[in-house]
Amino acid sequence: MSRRAAAIAFLLPAVLYVLVFFGYPLVYNILMSVRDYSVRSFYTGEAPFTGLANYIAALGNPVFVTAALNTVWFTVGSIVFQFGIGLALAVFFNGRFLGSSTLRALLLLPWLLPLVVSGAVWRWIFDQDHGVLNTALRLVGLPAIPWLTDTGWALPAVILTNIWIGIPFNLVLLHGGLRAIPVSLYEAAALDGAGPWQRFRNVTWPLLRPVTGIVLMLGLVYTIKVFDVIMVITGGGPANATQTLTTFSYSLSFHDFAFGQGAAVGNVLILAAMVFGFVYLRSSAREPLA
Amino acid sequence: MTALSSMIASLNKTLGRPAAALTLVLALAACGSSAGTANSITELDYYTDQQGSAAWQKVLDTCSKQAGVTVQRQTVPTDQMLPKILQGASSRSLPNLVFTDNPTVQQIASTGALTPLSDYGIATDGFYDSIVNAGTYQGKVYGLAPGVNGLALLYNKDMLAEAGVEPPRTWDELKAAAAKLTKGPRYGLAFSAIPSEEGTWQFLPFFWSNGADLSAVDSDKAVRALEFVSGLVAGGSASKSVLNWNQNDVADQFVAGNAAMMINGSWNLARLDGEKALHYGVVPIPTPAAGGSPTVALGGEIGVIPATGQAAQQSAGKVLSCLLSPDVMASWDAGHAYVPSKKDVAEKFGQQYPNMRSFVTEVATARSRSAELGEKYPKVSQALATAVQAAITGSQSAEQALKQAQQAGGS
Repeated sequence: MSRRAAAIAFLLPAVLYVLVFFGYPLVYNILMSVRDYSVRSFYTGEAPFTGLANYIAALGNPVFVTAALNTVWFTVGSIVFQFGIGLALAVFFNGRFLGSSTLRALLLLPWLLPLVVSGAVWRWIFDQDHGVLNTALRLVGLPAIPWLTDTGWALPAVILTNIWIGIPFNLVLLHGGLRAIPVSLYEAAALDGAGPWQRFRNVTWPLLRPVTGIVLMLGLVYTIKVFDVIMVITGGGPANATQTLTTFSYSLSFHDFAFGQGAAVGNVLILAAMVFGFVYLRSSAREPLA
Repeated sequence: MTALSSMIASLNKTLGRPAAALTLVLALAACGSSAGTANSITELDYYTDQQGSAAWQKVLDTCSKQAGVTVQRQTVPTDQMLPKILQGASSRSLPNLVFTDNPTVQQIASTGALTPLSDYGIATDGFYDSIVNAGTYQGKVYGLAPGVNGLALLYNKDMLAEAGVEPPRTWDELKAAAAKLTKGPRYGLAFSAIPSEEGTWQFLPFFWSNGADLSAVDSDKAVRALEFVSGLVAGGSASKSVLNWNQNDVADQFVAGNAAMMINGSWNLARLDGEKALHYGVVPIPTPAAGGSPTVALGGEIGVIPATGQAAQQSAGKVLSCLLSPDVMASWDAGHAYVPSKKDVAEKFGQQYPNMRSFVTEVATARSRSAELGEKYPKVSQALATAVQAAITGSQSAEQALKQAQQAGGS
């Protein structure tokens, strides 16, 4: 019994923490999404129950479709490239050479910068007339690209920024995973006559799978809720071209003051993230422990 | 008391409203007195730029001394102002004195969290009607500003002289001047068209001066106004980057010589004056036809006093009253290049600072953004900013964009 009491005592802080900081906001957000929540409600606490009206209004808004599609593009685009490049760099830095660790530390920089700072810097890099990127393009004789001023280019531009920010995270975790693979396996593979590509396919990739799963999962959850980067670079513009579900939710809440609708969009986003979370949990539960 | 109130604030955040009511009672009991005045009050503003912040601190210090009240100042970035206020409203931990952008006053007043200025003997005599309107909700005045501002056309004297161009007064002249001044990497005109209130605020002088009305943003007059603005970009006289520039960026472009003219507010003058090599002039925003006077949107931060307990409210009232007194008003307005919100102070001010004259003239005819629509303004404003962007990118015609804005804002 005392062991049981001790177990509960150890568990209690974590349970309380989850309830207060995750459970409460989550329940509150759901409650908010089924009420007519206005600026007034914050002070008076009065918010009449309206059922699914907020969901119907928010999901029926033409911007919602744009935002949902942009969220998919943003997430898929970011993850594919930041994982691919992160993995390539991790393999590269796994080889020991002069300055390897220094370079690796330098590559962490994008991750250490506050997102608002990265966003502000990239906004200037993308500037159509005086940005570094277009200046470079002109130097090599290519036409300047309307990065942030064209409804077709703005989304790729913010995805590019997010890839740059996401690479270090992938690099660090995958590099850690690579370090855990015993060198003897590579030596054995080399003795068997395996080339670099075969060593990667048959040794690195399968042994890295548990780390890969975690990296992709975390990357997905981080990317789907990216807000600062887009807000700082384009504010969701031009003309809603970079509006994602997070910026749309913010815009509904804090530009239109339709807090109920903003909460409804937020809940749709949470639901999407949870679906991916469960898929990951189920697939990782089936895997035998390495 | 500070430690106590911040503890209460954080408690309230976690426990929610019923607890808030209880702790409020406890806090009042702890203070011991419900009459009289408090020794210390909290104040919230969004003057984060160096000059504005320093100028504001100076007048706060003056009024703190004069009212015998310690003012604890809090500053947040502009876009965090309203979330911060709403958070304070729901946890009953609002600052005692708040200076917020004037179109948001309607929203905050609608919550019932504000107290009318008549409680503190603050009268509206001598203030511009537009600023009184902006601070009025359902017939009661909840706030007044020690200074207001508006937009004007600022131009680089050297560049205009070199191109042989006179400062434009009409739309046609503006279009011709902008085209003539565009040369190499330099654009004739810079302005801001970002997808937020700032973008709407920059478009409204064209919209209103052409006779359009916020109750029908897709009217012919509105379409003509948007066509004029987007035409400046399409014609190459203004950079497409206006879609990403906020007003600080616009000022940067102007200072760097990348734009010969810009639409911007008076608060930039202090900074422009610091650029020794820059010779600039200011004229009112050009109007559609000759001889008209432009209708700009009224800007400036309104001081409001939330219901936070009698003692603190009375102290906040004393401080606000001091901030609105002619001398202090003139000192703040000189420090941050705002227009005094009292007519007679403003007129003297215009004589004293020639570059402020255009702004003083315009404030007389400026319109409060929330006057027509009240609480509905933010939604329409957001729809309008999106329409401006759609027309400038060319993804929609001005007419289509505004039709969509009318639907989005009206629904």
